[in-house]
Amino acid sequence: MSEPALIPAKPPFWNNPQTRAIAFQIIALTATVVFGWYIFDNAQSNLRRLGIASGFGFLDSSSGFDIVQTLIPYSSSSSYGQVFWVALLNTLLVSALGIVLATLIGFLVGIARLSKNWLISRLALAYIETFRNIPLLLQIFFWYFAVLRAMPAPRQSLHLGEAIYLNIRGLYVPHPYLQAGFSWVLVALVLAVVLAWRIARWAHRRQQATGQQFPIFSVTLALLIGLPLLTFWLAGSPLVWEYPQLQGFNFRGGWVVIPEMASLLLALSIYTATFIAEIVRSGIQAVSHGQTEAAFSLGLNSGQTLRLVVLPQALRVIIPPLTNQYLNLTKNSSLAAAIGYPDLVSSFAGTVLNQTGQAIECIAITMAVYLTISLLISLLMNWYNRRALLVER
Amino acid sequence: MKSWKPLAAVTILSLSAISVAHAGTTLEAIKKNGFIKCGISDGLPGFSFADEKGNYSGIDVDVCRAIAAALFGDATKLKYTPLTAKERLTALQSGEIDVLSRNTTWTSSRDSAQGLNFAGVTYYDGQGFLVNKKLGVNSAKKLDGATVCVQAGTTTELNLSDYFRASKMKFTPITYDKSDESAKSLEAGRCDVLTSDQSQLYAQRIKLAKPDEYVVLPEVISKEPLGPVVRHGDDDWFDLVKWTLYVMVNAEELGVNSKNVEEMKKSTNPDVKRLLGVEGDKGKDFGLANDWMATVIKQVGNYGEIFDRNVGKGSPLKIERGLNALWNQGGLQYAPPVR
Repeated sequence: MSEPALIPAKPPFWNNPQTRAIAFQIIALTATVVFGWYIFDNAQSNLRRLGIASGFGFLDSSSGFDIVQTLIPYSSSSSYGQVFWVALLNTLLVSALGIVLATLIGFLVGIARLSKNWLISRLALAYIETFRNIPLLLQIFFWYFAVLRAMPAPRQSLHLGEAIYLNIRGLYVPHPYLQAGFSWVLVALVLAVVLAWRIARWAHRRQQATGQQFPIFSVTLALLIGLPLLTFWLAGSPLVWEYPQLQGFNFRGGWVVIPEMASLLLALSIYTATFIAEIVRSGIQAVSHGQTEAAFSLGLNSGQTLRLVVLPQALRVIIPPLTNQYLNLTKNSSLAAAIGYPDLVSSFAGTVLNQTGQAIECIAITMAVYLTISLLISLLMNWYNRRALLVER
Repeated sequence: MKSWKPLAAVTILSLSAISVAHAGTTLEAIKKNGFIKCGISDGLPGFSFADEKGNYSGIDVDVCRAIAAALFGDATKLKYTPLTAKERLTALQSGEIDVLSRNTTWTSSRDSAQGLNFAGVTYYDGQGFLVNKKLGVNSAKKLDGATVCVQAGTTTELNLSDYFRASKMKFTPITYDKSDESAKSLEAGRCDVLTSDQSQLYAQRIKLAKPDEYVVLPEVISKEPLGPVVRHGDDDWFDLVKWTLYVMVNAEELGVNSKNVEEMKKSTNPDVKRLLGVEGDKGKDFGLANDWMATVIKQVGNYGEIFDRNVGKGSPLKIERGLNALWNQGGLQYAPPVR
């Protein structure tokens, strides 16, 4: 007396969810590949039809134009490939300096924003709300056309002694030239760093074992400054300064920070710092107030509480959004083109593209570079984030 | 598994949209649109400049108007696209514009590797230097160490480097995308010198706050033949643009202008008769109305008229004809015969 078992008929294979999923993946992948190939083929045939040169051979031919700021040797007889490196380094320079500056300002302002001092916290708030809400391009124009254009002509330069000059062409500072014997100073510096590290480790161990403290900060500082300085003096001061001098139209010699670079850097770091400040504030506020109270009751002062208790925990909240800001800053540095700073977009995706007419290649290279820089930054920050994560025991 | 339908639809749509982009010549597309997409400069008095009402005028603009008059019998069937020096060639290559009439120098690489064709020369120019009189410089040879403002992506930028290298002088280049920015930087003192084609220097100078304080140095350091450009691959369109220029030069040589064109149709000179479509079928050769050349002259004028009203005697620029005079008056403007 058994009921006939209700064995469900095996569903047809197209109703099997797994088969479907795989099939759709294959269709999607094929469509993407076909689409990509179609675009590539379309571009190729159009280029051929119009007789436009393609390929990357142009990178070897000489550029024929000059660039205002080059970190590596470059002249108008260098190749377009060299222009690429010059432009890339200019982008990296302004981005790296911008990230450092923005982080410094951002942390200071973020902490100031939480200050109990009414004036300080309001000032921080005013700064954040002002600069966060004005478009970046406008700020770049403000610094470049309004502030730095108001500087005097070279002959009427503002100056600090006979060494530092500031005028509409830039900030001129003396350029150090290393002489033979300077390597000893470097050796001394390395030695000092190693020694300082050993002392710090020893002091840390001793404190853990015996509870005795050691004036670690002042000792290592004295070591790090004193030893190289002493060697420098013993080696007979192997360093010559080249001072900027007014010759004809301009100052010559020395190092120059051009106004295009200065205004881009200022605008980028001041703008990004507002976002970093808010990130820092939210990170600090995310740490339970009980932690602060506990630290106070252990006898730590407010500076130590911030440094040893609050910030390490806040960093876990701060780092991921901070990474985004670093990426933004790097990508925003491409606004350089608006004021003639020779960055990657301006010099390579602009001038080189125009002189060679090879738009697809130049834009592809530029896009690949920004992608690589961005991925590298997030890789680095992800690594740092993992280090700062809460260690669970 | 609900989202695949829109994805597939989008993919199919994009594929079909791209296939369309393959077909059709420039000339067919223009005729279908009913207007010509003309690339001009981002503001250069005498060449292409918008007045307060937004109406464009200048030599480069008149060239576009003449082509529209030739093709449609109406010099207003145009859409202007102002372009910076950096944008212009890519805009033409990619088909965003049909013809580029924007003081662009005819060079071998542009004519070959960049896939372009220069249709002729509307203005024979050369590169020069504009400086503040206060500098006390009277020759380009004394510019050693100067800071020079120059427009990015131009032949000017290349000539500048060549000139200073050949003269064993040093300089600092400041490159901007827009010519206005270069001019402002010269005024502010960011650079000592502004370099560009001489015609542009005169045009930039009248835009400065105090034009009298600036002077163009005597040296001309390059050859800059400027003219309209089209893409490779459509010979009919290329011929039309080229011959529109020649018609205007021929008209000046034969003494036909916008005012006397109707009267000249009664002329007994066979050259004039052919030009104005009274005799022969020069319209059919180009696939246009038989009196298209007359229409160009009537609506836009001959070369001399265009030169005078935009950059010459009848304009604030007051540039001499110089190299741009007709060949029989000591200049270089010469057109093949209409025959």
